[in-house]
Amino acid sequence: MNPAEETINTTDYVEAPPAPKRTRMQEFRRTLGQNRLAGLGFIIFFLFFCCAVTGLVLTSGSKPAFDPSMVRLEEKLRPPLSKPNLKALRPDQVPVLNVYLMGTDDLGRDVFSRMLQGAWVSLTVGFVAVGISVLIGIFMGGIAGYFGQHHIKTVHILFFLCLIGGTGLIIANFTVIGTVILLLCPAYIFYSQLTRHGSTEKETPALKAMLHSNAVSVDTLIMRIVDIMLCFPSFFLILTVVALLPASIYNIMIVIGLTSWMGTTRFVRAEFLSLREQDFVAAAKALGLSTFRIIFRHIMPNAVAPVLVSATIGIASAILTEAGLSFLGFGVPPPHATWGNILSNGKNFIFDAPWLTFMPGIAILIVVLSFNLFGEGLRDILNPKLRERY
Amino acid sequence: MLSFIGRSVVQKTITLFFVSIVSFLIIHLAPGKPSQVDPLNPKFTPEVVERFIKEFHLDKPLYIQYIYFYRDLFTGKTVSWKDNQSVLKKIWERFLNSLPLFIVGTLITWTLSFPVGIRSAIYRGGIYDRTTTFLSYLLISIPGFFFAYVLIILVVTYFHVPVIGMETFGIGHPSASYLIMDRIWHLLLPSVLSATAGIAVLSRYVRSQMLEVEGQDYIRTARAKGLSSEQVHYKHALRNALLPFVTMFGLILPTLIGGSVIIESIFSWPGMGRMAYEAILARDYPIILTVNFVSAVLVLAGTFISDLLYLVVDPRIHL
Repeated sequence: MNPAEETINTTDYVEAPPAPKRTRMQEFRRTLGQNRLAGLGFIIFFLFFCCAVTGLVLTSGSKPAFDPSMVRLEEKLRPPLSKPNLKALRPDQVPVLNVYLMGTDDLGRDVFSRMLQGAWVSLTVGFVAVGISVLIGIFMGGIAGYFGQHHIKTVHILFFLCLIGGTGLIIANFTVIGTVILLLCPAYIFYSQLTRHGSTEKETPALKAMLHSNAVSVDTLIMRIVDIMLCFPSFFLILTVVALLPASIYNIMIVIGLTSWMGTTRFVRAEFLSLREQDFVAAAKALGLSTFRIIFRHIMPNAVAPVLVSATIGIASAILTEAGLSFLGFGVPPPHATWGNILSNGKNFIFDAPWLTFMPGIAILIVVLSFNLFGEGLRDILNPKLRERY
Repeated sequence: MLSFIGRSVVQKTITLFFVSIVSFLIIHLAPGKPSQVDPLNPKFTPEVVERFIKEFHLDKPLYIQYIYFYRDLFTGKTVSWKDNQSVLKKIWERFLNSLPLFIVGTLITWTLSFPVGIRSAIYRGGIYDRTTTFLSYLLISIPGFFFAYVLIILVVTYFHVPVIGMETFGIGHPSASYLIMDRIWHLLLPSVLSATAGIAVLSRYVRSQMLEVEGQDYIRTARAKGLSSEQVHYKHALRNALLPFVTMFGLILPTLIGGSVIIESIFSWPGMGRMAYEAILARDYPIILTVNFVSAVLVLAGTFISDLLYLVVDPRIHL
């Protein structure tokens, strides 16, 4: 909401346009109440969040309440809700509630504690990966949408190539050539600063004109990068990179984030393109606001709706991707438990211990479903035009 | 028209060039070297490693390696580092194995999602619509590998048929009908699995397209003329709603390679996805790069075909 609108609504003597009867929050609650599936999704999402946070607290530390890596070989593959055999266990091996809530796995580890630990992994992977992709998406889309008409000059491309090439050559042990090429960049900046004030001569030399000719517009450049990224088969690319990099949860988050920003970029660009021409942006420009402020205070709040929706659904697919990677054995390294690798271990005992497959599988299903439902509900809330179709 | 074709071919070639560079860089700049595949293997003496490095130009700088690799790829001389077989031949064999999976999966997707989507659009807001909506969310959200195991348990316990692999191992030479049934059982589960997400997405898309068209004025006119509801729905609405789907024929091309990695490795199906997975495990760079390149070509060809189909189908579009 723009600050300008708020002042109009609070002062009565101005002939204000009729304000909406409900605030956005009330509208949000009402629609969630109407769209029961979305409401359900929101509730499950909230419960999952609480579970993951309490799970982190309960399973980490030097002496956790629920120890996910406690091995009890005497108690392996016990079904859910079975009582531990107290005679066979040392006192510190007895599970907290004196019952295996979700059974034990092939090493006698408590599946409930492992699920708690895995909940936090799923949550962080989903949020961090989507956070990265949304940040990149907003940045690239915003630039393409707002500054799209600007052209990159040939000299800028050369500048950039010098920067990259120089650094690359230095890394590749061609220090002298690399340094010379790298030094061209500050020399160019110095030169352009010098000539900026003294450039009064009418005719420009041909070389300079060629260097300053428009090569490609910013919009084209960014959208071509998006096209290139879209050519990669995403799961295969993620699998390749994760397999080549050392196994760690952060690598997975970053790789998923870096390979899924294209959709957000397109949304944000489209929104920026249409919003940039609106009257309120013209008014903001006329007021003399800085470009930064126009982008972040005036355009961004109006462009954020589709991003929120795609981010919510993106979290669901990031969780699915992480589970798939863990399932294939490329995910978070053991002994850390994730839902994917609990399931992957459990598949060897699928007929003897089906709970090892079903517990994590159903957990993933419910969480991903809740994110998807909530995302779709959010789309209806944020885009009233769609709502009338029902 | 011709200029459009020319322009997009040029544009797509440039894109493909950058894709090839990026994928080459990703693979070769990642930590670890292919020559260190298995340091514990006693056959891997320094001389063998040396010969390996020489043979595959690994001692040359990256851009030379890049040129060598793509020269070999286009002349069809690329060989796998693992077994020295021609990569293109290997991919072609695996592709033929993946093809039935892809065809059956696509057939299931398209034959199921259209009736479901159309019906839920006609009776929108009703119990059928809400059930299918929820079911499609369920199908999108279910992890493929989990669903695979649920189906395996069901089929194995209730029908007592083996489902892993392309045919029952050591089946010998039974009668033809038995062999065909065996093949069909093995084909069924993986193709149903590869169709699940597709059914969910496509039926929702059909539904929204139908809703879009049903709100148009000419549908109201058709109703006002007193046409029967069948004629309104199937002759007037459906034909116009079908337009975007013609173009989707082009867009399903890349799924030939895409999401089949997990399903093919669960079912030990010797297809493209599984080959790619094995290549990643063995750090067999030529295969990884070629699969990547082929799938990029498929993506670009798919969008090109769908653009062309749009031109042919929709007379409002002129280029």
